[in-house]
Amino acid sequence: MSGIIGKKLGMTQVYDDKGRLVPVTVIEAGPCPVLETRTQAKNGYSALQLGFGAKKVKNVTKAVLGHLAKTGNDKTPPAFIREIRLTADASVAPGAVVTVESFKDFGFVDVQGMTKGRGFMGVVRRYRFRGGRASHGGGWIRRPGSSGMREWPGRVLAGKRYPGHMGAVTRTVQNLQIVQVRTEENVLLVKGAVPGHRNGLVIVRKAIKK
Amino acid sequence: MSTKYQKILREYVKKDAVNFGIGDTVKVQVKIPDAEKAGAFRLQAYSGVVISLKGEGNSANITVRRVAFGQGVERIFPLNSPLVDSVTVERRGSVRRAKLYYLRDKVGKGARIQEASRN
Repeated sequence: MSGIIGKKLGMTQVYDDKGRLVPVTVIEAGPCPVLETRTQAKNGYSALQLGFGAKKVKNVTKAVLGHLAKTGNDKTPPAFIREIRLTADASVAPGAVVTVESFKDFGFVDVQGMTKGRGFMGVVRRYRFRGGRASHGGGWIRRPGSSGMREWPGRVLAGKRYPGHMGAVTRTVQNLQIVQVRTEENVLLVKGAVPGHRNGLVIVRKAIKK
Repeated sequence: MSTKYQKILREYVKKDAVNFGIGDTVKVQVKIPDAEKAGAFRLQAYSGVVISLKGEGNSANITVRRVAFGQGVERIFPLNSPLVDSVTVERRGSVRRAKLYYLRDKVGKGARIQEASRN
C-alpha cells in the first residue's frame, strides 16, 4: 500500500525526543476503503481506487452508488474517489481499508495537493521579476518590460512569462519526513509545508526518491 | 477548525506554564542533556526579567533578560519545551508595557523595575 487520501487540517509545531521544535502539517488521512483495483492484465496498469470522506446518500448519483455497492460502501458513500497508481498489482482486494497504520514504516512521503489560488497576478509576484526603479523618475514599476527582439524573430517566443492566473494547480512536495502516525485518530504529522489551503484534499504517497 | 486539529494544537501546552507577567523576575530551570549518559540531564538555572511574551498555545515563548558581568544577555525560552523544566517567579514587577525592549538602552538605575505592590 503506497498511498492514501487525506485532508490538510493545518500546521503546528511539535517537540521531538531531543526537545527540538519541528514544524509539522497535520493531515487527517483515511480510513480509505478500496473500491476497485486496476490490474496489469485487465487495465494495463496497476492502481487502487480509494474513497475518502463522507457524503449524503441523496447527493450521490445512482451510477456511483451502484459502483459502491460492489464493495458494500453504498450506505456510506465517500466524498472523494481517487486512484493511487502502484508499481505492481495490489495484494489487497476491493473491500479492504487503507489506514495511516500502513505509513508507519515509510519514513518519507510525497504529498500532492492543489495550491492556493492567487487570482490574476503580475509578473513581479508570479515570476519574481524585479520591476523598475521607484525613484529617480522611474515610471516603470512592476511591469514586465520588453517581450522580445526586433524584426527577427518578429514574434513573441512561446512560453514568455506574462501576467496571468497564479496558483490553484496540482503540485507535489517530495520527501517530507513522517514525524508521527496516530492510528486511533487517523492522523499523520508530516514535517514541513504541504500544498493547499486548510481542509484541502491531499494525496499522500510513499516517497519515490527515498 | 476540526476538533482533532485543536486537540493536537493543545497537546504540548503545559497547563501551569504562565503564572508570571511581563516585568517579573523569574528563574528558569533548563534541562541540559548529559553528554555521556543518554536520557540523563542536569538542571541549569537562569534568572532575569521577562521582557516579552510571544505566541500562544504550543508555540508561546518568553524572552528573559539579565545583566551578567556587565553584559546584557537575553535568552528566549519556548514555554512548552520539554527542556524547560520550570519557570518560578522571584519578584513581581509593575510595568505599563507589554514589551520591555526599552531596558536594552538603559543601564544602572534606569534599568530598574518597580516591585508590584500586591501579587
